[in-house]
Amino acid sequence: MQANSHAVFKKSWAAWLYLLPTIIILITFIFYPALKSVILAFYRSNFFLGTRKFIGFGNFRNLFKGPLAPGFIQCFFQTILFSLCVLGIGISFSLFLAIQANKRIRGARIYRLLLIWPFALSPAVAGTIFTFLFNSEIGIINEVLEKLFNLKPMWLSNPNLAFCVTVTAAVWKNLGYNIVFYLAALQNLSSEPLEAADIDGASGWRKFWNIMFPLLSPTTFFLIFTNLTYSFFDSFGIIDVLTKGAPMGNVPFDNAGITTTLMYKVFIDGFGGSSNMGFAAAEGTILMILVAGFSYLHFEVFGKKVNYDV
Amino acid sequence: MSRIHKRSSEDAFWVHCVLILACFFVCFPLVFACVKATQTMAVVISPSLVPGTQLWTNIKAVWNDYHLGMYMRNSFFITFWVTGGKIILSLLAANALVFYDFKGKKLVFGFIIVTLMLPTEILILGLFEVVSNKPAPTVAKLLVWMFNPKEFFLAPTKYGFGLGNSRLSVILPFLASATGVFLFRQHFLTIPRSLADSARIDGVNSMQFLIHILTPLSLNTIGALTVIQFVYVWDQYIWPRVVIRQNAHQVIQVGLSGITSAGDSILWNQVMTGAILAMIPPLLVFIVLYKAFMNGYALSTNK
Repeated sequence: MQANSHAVFKKSWAAWLYLLPTIIILITFIFYPALKSVILAFYRSNFFLGTRKFIGFGNFRNLFKGPLAPGFIQCFFQTILFSLCVLGIGISFSLFLAIQANKRIRGARIYRLLLIWPFALSPAVAGTIFTFLFNSEIGIINEVLEKLFNLKPMWLSNPNLAFCVTVTAAVWKNLGYNIVFYLAALQNLSSEPLEAADIDGASGWRKFWNIMFPLLSPTTFFLIFTNLTYSFFDSFGIIDVLTKGAPMGNVPFDNAGITTTLMYKVFIDGFGGSSNMGFAAAEGTILMILVAGFSYLHFEVFGKKVNYDV
Repeated sequence: MSRIHKRSSEDAFWVHCVLILACFFVCFPLVFACVKATQTMAVVISPSLVPGTQLWTNIKAVWNDYHLGMYMRNSFFITFWVTGGKIILSLLAANALVFYDFKGKKLVFGFIIVTLMLPTEILILGLFEVVSNKPAPTVAKLLVWMFNPKEFFLAPTKYGFGLGNSRLSVILPFLASATGVFLFRQHFLTIPRSLADSARIDGVNSMQFLIHILTPLSLNTIGALTVIQFVYVWDQYIWPRVVIRQNAHQVIQVGLSGITSAGDSILWNQVMTGAILAMIPPLLVFIVLYKAFMNGYALSTNK
């Protein structure tokens, strides 16, 4: 009971007074709206007309059956694929680069600064710059490709390429964040196990897998979680600016835009032209269940390593 | 000995190569945007990467013609109040969680931490209704609604705060912070109990203790939170995009798209100028408070 040892002030009403603002804000603007988002999924509701009608599980049935289902199912798998790409590429790149930038070499501080600045970059700005870079007519990527190889790919209208460009933009934007945490973890690492391995003549690869990777695993778990929420939610800004969820994919991905993640679909269905808020809320509920599942796994694995006790 | 030395200097060469290549790819889009922001309309659509002299003209154009100045002011206003509010509210809450003993402490802490799982985006439909629905016409009607559990909890939201289209709609919902409470609590637990004891014996009350003793001891954590929240709030996109429908109150991240969707042909030099301007404030905050951020957040969450 470490915390109790700090409890010097008595008067528990005072404690509640300190907590009150936080509790009120959280209930009013997080818990209550979360409940209401789920409730909305049981209604047919139009944002513009202001109509509401209780239809039970109708919206959830429509997710898996009927004319709206293929679009949802496609977006569901796209979101998983998108997240795995952003997560896998982003975390492995940043781990590799953080290890390099943490070595005792000349100019390491400058390298670090040049690698982590995208921490402050916003998704919308990242999307804006990438829209110009990959513009098929006047973007610099195509200008160079055309001069060198006479190639002129339609980056944002070819489904496969558009997906790749979106993943690239998302990885680029989050690289700084990931590298910051790996650098911090590396600076906290004691050098003894690695020095011992050096004396034993272990190869660089073995040193990495057997010593460094396990020692960094708390950071990796933390980053897996933050990168998942990033690719689920924060990527919205990139997608909205860069592709608007388009283009339509090739069969069997021809029921929705190839870069439409679940979050983007919730936005289009709920606030877009057709405004089917109940259906969007059902999609949002599935998203909520997904995140809750991931969080549960995360705390199961990661929570044991971190002290969350009061 | 010399063999080891040679190997390590050879290694260093490859490390430099890898890092230079990586820095090139990470920084190229930024450098590209900066250069393009200085060019004229005629040059910007060519592959030329020679800096031009149009930067000031472009800044003036986006600042006035596309109201970037107004968007930036809105963003500053919102970011200032949310960041400040989050820090103050988290300080108060963490103070109660560490220096007081009361029933249900574990529960309250769990209740706060669980919100980490509920990002705004996930509850955006419900939040939209709570924030932007019209308020109840009379207090009596509001009370009738609130004391009917079936209507209040199990039906779509009837009355809200009527804050749609205002800057308050982007401030109020974000004033509390689970990250903040978590970090302050973690930091407070490292402060020796004897300090709190002696303060109390000297007759210092808990508010004075918080203001005069805890706060000066928490500057790293405050600095770290400032970075995290400033960047988070400034970079927010989906919520202002949905809830603010009047340009006069819009934030910079959403307002930026006004330059790309204004006319028939996109003025890419001005678009890049806008992108750079939108990036500067969070980048400055990050660079200035980098040390505090590393000590107060990045290093402590890894332990």
